[in-house]
Amino acid sequence: MGTEVDMKLSDLIDAPSVVPDLKATDRNGVIRELIQSLADSGAIEQHHMETIARATITRENQGSTGFGKGVAVPHVKHQCIEKMIATIGRSSHGVDFAALDRAPVYTIVMLLSPASAPEEHLAAMERIFRYLQRENFRRFLRQAETREAIVELVTEADDLQNE
Amino acid sequence: MSDATTEAVRDATVPNREGLHARPVMRFVDLASKYKSTVAVTNVSCDKEKVDGKSAMQMMLLEATQGSVLRIEACGEDADEAVRALAALVNAGFNMMDTSQRPG
Repeated sequence: MGTEVDMKLSDLIDAPSVVPDLKATDRNGVIRELIQSLADSGAIEQHHMETIARATITRENQGSTGFGKGVAVPHVKHQCIEKMIATIGRSSHGVDFAALDRAPVYTIVMLLSPASAPEEHLAAMERIFRYLQRENFRRFLRQAETREAIVELVTEADDLQNE
Repeated sequence: MSDATTEAVRDATVPNREGLHARPVMRFVDLASKYKSTVAVTNVSCDKEKVDGKSAMQMMLLEATQGSVLRIEACGEDADEAVRALAALVNAGFNMMDTSQRPG
């Protein structure tokens, strides 16, 4: 399976839509803010925004993507998403995602996938969790205060992974 | 205590069209966590590393697509029950229904 070696998180992340300081303080607000940011950057169509936001919230209601250790990975597969895309949001105050460990979430990695490519979706999730697994990566992400710093961390993690 | 410790292993195939994605992982981890035994899982189909069956983050690394064979190993006093129940959960498609339909 070459995908996990070849796939870079930096290729998946839409850098302009990364939000280093989320304004929203609740789960649904954070999801909407990140989807708005993806629409503002042109990564998704403006007119699909509401549909995708609702689908992501519905998915989240079926089971929390707060995996613990301060990270959540809200995601959705939907037919109006043409190309897999991800973004990252950082909350300085912490958000309640009803996480497995009940702890607040500070780093949110959102993944939007086309409905027709479950294998690609699993490969992207593998990549995201391989990085989030590392305590240093989580800590630095939580401390990164600018969009540039977050994007740079992701690129560095890619380089580390492929060394 | 040590004489009550057993090891057990069982293989199961992921039937879900969406593969082993986040929700089935959560169901697996929920069930695995009910047992005292340690639980380890390998994706035999793509030769990935062995992960902790009680860690949702680690289970996401298996990248198990539809048809992947998971090897479930347990070690502890309830190892037999653990692998039996976990293999049954996998074979039943995690009771998720996406073996026949795809959620919107």
